[in-house]
Amino acid sequence: MSNDLDDTLKQLVGEAKRAVGEAGDERALDDVRVRYLGKKGELTALLKSLGQLAPEDRPAAGARINAAKDELQDAIGARRQHLSREQMARALEAEQVDVTLPGRRDAGGGLHPVTQALLRMEDIFVGAGYSVVTGPEVENDYYNFEALNIPAHHPARAMHDTFYFADGTLLRTHTSPSQVHTMEREEPPIRVICPGRVYRRDSDLTHSPMFQQLEGLVIDRGISFADLKGTVIEFLQRFFEKELSVRFRPSYFPFTEPSAEVDVQCVQCLGEGCRVCSHTGWLEVMGCGVVHPNVLEMSGIDSETYSGFAFGMGIDRLAMLLYEVDDLRLFYDNDLRFLRQFN
Amino acid sequence: MKFSESWLREWVDPGVDRDTLFDQLTMAGLEVEGSEPVAPDFTGVVVGEVVDVTPHPDADKLSVCEVSDGSERWQVVCGAPNVRTGLITAFARVGAVLPEDFRIRKAKLRGVESHGMLCSAAELGLGDDHDGIIELDPALTPGADLRAALALDDVTVELNLTPNRGDCLSIRGLAREVGVLNDRAVAEPEHAAVPASIDDTFPVSLEAPAGCPRFLGRVIRGIDIRAASPLWLTEKLRRAGLRSVDAVVDVTNYLMLELGQPMHAYDFNRLSGGVVVRMAEPGEKLELLDGQEVALDAETLLITDAGGPIGIAGVMGGERSGTQPDTRDVFLECAFFSPLAVAGTARRYGLHTDASHRYERGVDFELQHRAIERATRLLLDIVGGSAGPVVEAVAPEHLPDRRQVRLRERRLHELLGVEIAAAEVDGALARLDFELVARVDGGDDGVCWTVASPTHRYDIEREADLVEEVCRIYGYNRVPARRPQTALALREVPLTRSPESRLKQLLADLGFQEAVTYSFVDPRLQDLLDPAATPLELANPMSSEQSVMRTNLLPGLVGTLRVNLSRQQERVRLFEVGLCFVPGAEGLSQRLRLGGVCCGPREAASWTRQSEPTDFFDVKGVVERLVEWTGQAGRVSYRPAGDPVLHPGQSAELLLDGEPVGRLGRLHPEIEAALEVTKAVYLFEIEGETILSRVVPQHRGISRFPSVRRDLALVVDREVPAAAIESTVRETLGPLLVDFTLFDVYQGKGIDSNEKSLAVGLTLQDASATLTEDRIARCTQDVLAALERAVGARLRSGGAPG
Repeated sequence: MSNDLDDTLKQLVGEAKRAVGEAGDERALDDVRVRYLGKKGELTALLKSLGQLAPEDRPAAGARINAAKDELQDAIGARRQHLSREQMARALEAEQVDVTLPGRRDAGGGLHPVTQALLRMEDIFVGAGYSVVTGPEVENDYYNFEALNIPAHHPARAMHDTFYFADGTLLRTHTSPSQVHTMEREEPPIRVICPGRVYRRDSDLTHSPMFQQLEGLVIDRGISFADLKGTVIEFLQRFFEKELSVRFRPSYFPFTEPSAEVDVQCVQCLGEGCRVCSHTGWLEVMGCGVVHPNVLEMSGIDSETYSGFAFGMGIDRLAMLLYEVDDLRLFYDNDLRFLRQFN
Repeated sequence: MKFSESWLREWVDPGVDRDTLFDQLTMAGLEVEGSEPVAPDFTGVVVGEVVDVTPHPDADKLSVCEVSDGSERWQVVCGAPNVRTGLITAFARVGAVLPEDFRIRKAKLRGVESHGMLCSAAELGLGDDHDGIIELDPALTPGADLRAALALDDVTVELNLTPNRGDCLSIRGLAREVGVLNDRAVAEPEHAAVPASIDDTFPVSLEAPAGCPRFLGRVIRGIDIRAASPLWLTEKLRRAGLRSVDAVVDVTNYLMLELGQPMHAYDFNRLSGGVVVRMAEPGEKLELLDGQEVALDAETLLITDAGGPIGIAGVMGGERSGTQPDTRDVFLECAFFSPLAVAGTARRYGLHTDASHRYERGVDFELQHRAIERATRLLLDIVGGSAGPVVEAVAPEHLPDRRQVRLRERRLHELLGVEIAAAEVDGALARLDFELVARVDGGDDGVCWTVASPTHRYDIEREADLVEEVCRIYGYNRVPARRPQTALALREVPLTRSPESRLKQLLADLGFQEAVTYSFVDPRLQDLLDPAATPLELANPMSSEQSVMRTNLLPGLVGTLRVNLSRQQERVRLFEVGLCFVPGAEGLSQRLRLGGVCCGPREAASWTRQSEPTDFFDVKGVVERLVEWTGQAGRVSYRPAGDPVLHPGQSAELLLDGEPVGRLGRLHPEIEAALEVTKAVYLFEIEGETILSRVVPQHRGISRFPSVRRDLALVVDREVPAAAIESTVRETLGPLLVDFTLFDVYQGKGIDSNEKSLAVGLTLQDASATLTEDRIARCTQDVLAALERAVGARLRSGGAPG
């Protein structure tokens, strides 16, 4: 009997395993499972027939049938795993994409290069406690000239080729009027930067009738030319992120005394001499000076107690140097092919 | 200001080479802009003496000359009309190389051998004169190298002088400055008085002494105005950028360059009565030397005689009284005009002359005697004649003050941030010709100097001016650099305002490129894009295309869009933030605005999707996103607006609390056509004040109870705005409505042609309880009832509330 059972089991398991191996998908595999292990399955039927055996034979036979069931179940499990791996592999194969195709996205925009240069400047100064002040662009003669110690007929007015309106108002030629408004409004200590559009009647490779300027003003007790030098030098080195030499040349602005033009070592050739610096090794980048006592007094600040310094630079000019742009007018042409280069 | 280096070195020997000298000038505030050689390269040219001249046997216009080069004699054929025995001239020997690589070889001219060439000024690159060979100073030694003899290894220096340094608009002033910088003495040429040899005078009276406090005049009779100016004189003028005119003009120009004193010579026989310096009277006119006639205004200081105006003081002389080729007698003017009297004048008449340039910056008011004597000496030497006595009219009370200015050592140190030794200050002030009035030592201020400024300095008014002078001589670059020490204040960061940079970044992230366009625009474009406005007009625009101030951002943005479309850019999205200039009853309003334009496909072309053209809802989406960013979404509304520059059916006004704060939509197709833009252009414009305001978010609790969504398919009249449905729903449900979505709009089959169907999704949630089916049903009924009342909405047939 036991040998009969063993033969039967062996035959059944062999048959079932073949069927498992032939099952091509989950469903076929499940059919095999039902045929042998289901409620009416063939192995289940064997187990049910144990009752016909002698009671002393039943445990051993039961154990052998259960072992056969286990063996078959393992085979089904293994096959299921195999099928599922195969299916996954097929799916993965089918879902493969060309990863070199471009991604899906919205076209980006960007900030104007002069804005980017300005933000860099603001960042540097705001970090040191300067406030940003803006003001009107149509100004009157007082704020653009008189309050800055440039009376009517002063030859310095020729330095500012000014746009006028019929009523005598004008387009500001520098952002200094914002400084005057600040001095009238606030008590020292004052630490401001005044960025904005300014206008002069001039147009060539390095001049545009509208350009953008950033001026700075510091007023406090004991502010000196040495403080101005330190501020300007450090600013230029931070802005260009280079340890550039800086020199100060005596110059003239009616609103500062002493006044200086600031030359920075050429950012291109580092002083060797190149086309950018006209082979001088130096680039003129800003004007500055100690605030003229007349200017302080006109705005109601005691020039004996307080002193200050001011500086002004073309944001465009510095942006040109930073981004190696050789024609200022490109900034105001707004050609998308130009603008996108800075995105 | 242009001058020749060698002329400067005649006055002062700085003891440094050319590059160092230029560097010194630049670093002293007299910026050297550039320099150019005064003569092109040439070699082998010597001073030659013409020792014999005979006519050429076969050519009428040629001469056969014997020329000495000091050691040998050479036969040279020459065609110049002025060649003559005894002439000292430029001799290019065989082997010489003239400018432009012109090599001199032995040659035969009409059968006669020529060993070299006699040269004109033009042939040597020394000017335009090619009418004859150059006539050199007879004192030059034949055989000497011409470059050395004429100091041709010289450069013309161009200085960029600031307006405060009128004192450096002369060789004398520059020499003084160079002397100070190097602590060297300056050698002034002699200026002995020329005694009168005749008695002729011409009376001068000053009727406007504030403008003209000093006027010197002198009559010189019997001159030969055709006498040629000597080469040394014309060379100095040439190297300073001035052309030789005639000897009289050359001498006055020379004095202006040398001493900085402008002068004028009148034809004495064309003057009558006497000179009166006065202000112009109404209706007076003057024909100027350059031929133009000007109508004179009452602010103009004039030189006049009995016949009326003969010159605008300090600016330009008149045609009637000028010297002529037959002038025999001249009247020299050498005056001091105050800077204020000249400054406005030259600009008003658009006459910027060398004289006005100097007078408006300030001429040394003690210089006139010296200048007129030196001019007389030079004139008599060149054109001959006899000089009368100098007549001076002066109003001393109107001469500039020699202002006394105090300099305190303490203040000097404070303002510069460096302690300069008192002895160094003493030296700087002395070298700069300041007259020491007092020097007090001690007290809180340290040494206290009181000085009077020299008569050539007009820029010394206050202590700060002296601080600068001392610092300039001390050296700006010796002042240390330090960081300002100030109280560490924290800056204010307003809660209710966003920085402009954040707004710009947001737009960039939304795909817009920032443009910065001119604030002045073409009036035609401005008018097209804001027909109701009267823009502010520039009185002196650079071009008519940039002559009015924009009243909105459209001219710049639309103009830029057009330019980019014409440059093959298919998809354009631009924005700008800037001031607009809107004239109004209460004056000009300068308003910050944000504007944007879009054109072309909605998205950049891609393999992943078919891109549709941009439409109204693209710009609307951008505006909604911006408004949401400000936290004001709940306060804005959109309504159709009759904006004449926008498409009547695709444009809206943006309202904040019911007040207009912006607009959006498609540009009016007629304007698109006028601008020859073939694609639809969409735009938006929002007030800066609105878009930079920020509402501080206020936290509300998040409900712990589940939300439910009910979708309704509604049918309404076509004209009913979607916003009316949303607002009705919001009003009806109040805080229970946590989200409202409009997810479909349909017109067409199944819907009456006068109607449309809108599908909306309502998300309801209660803060304190789970919503029951009953309550939801009631809410839905309420909403439907309210919608029916408000906009006549009904449920789409078959579409039950679900």
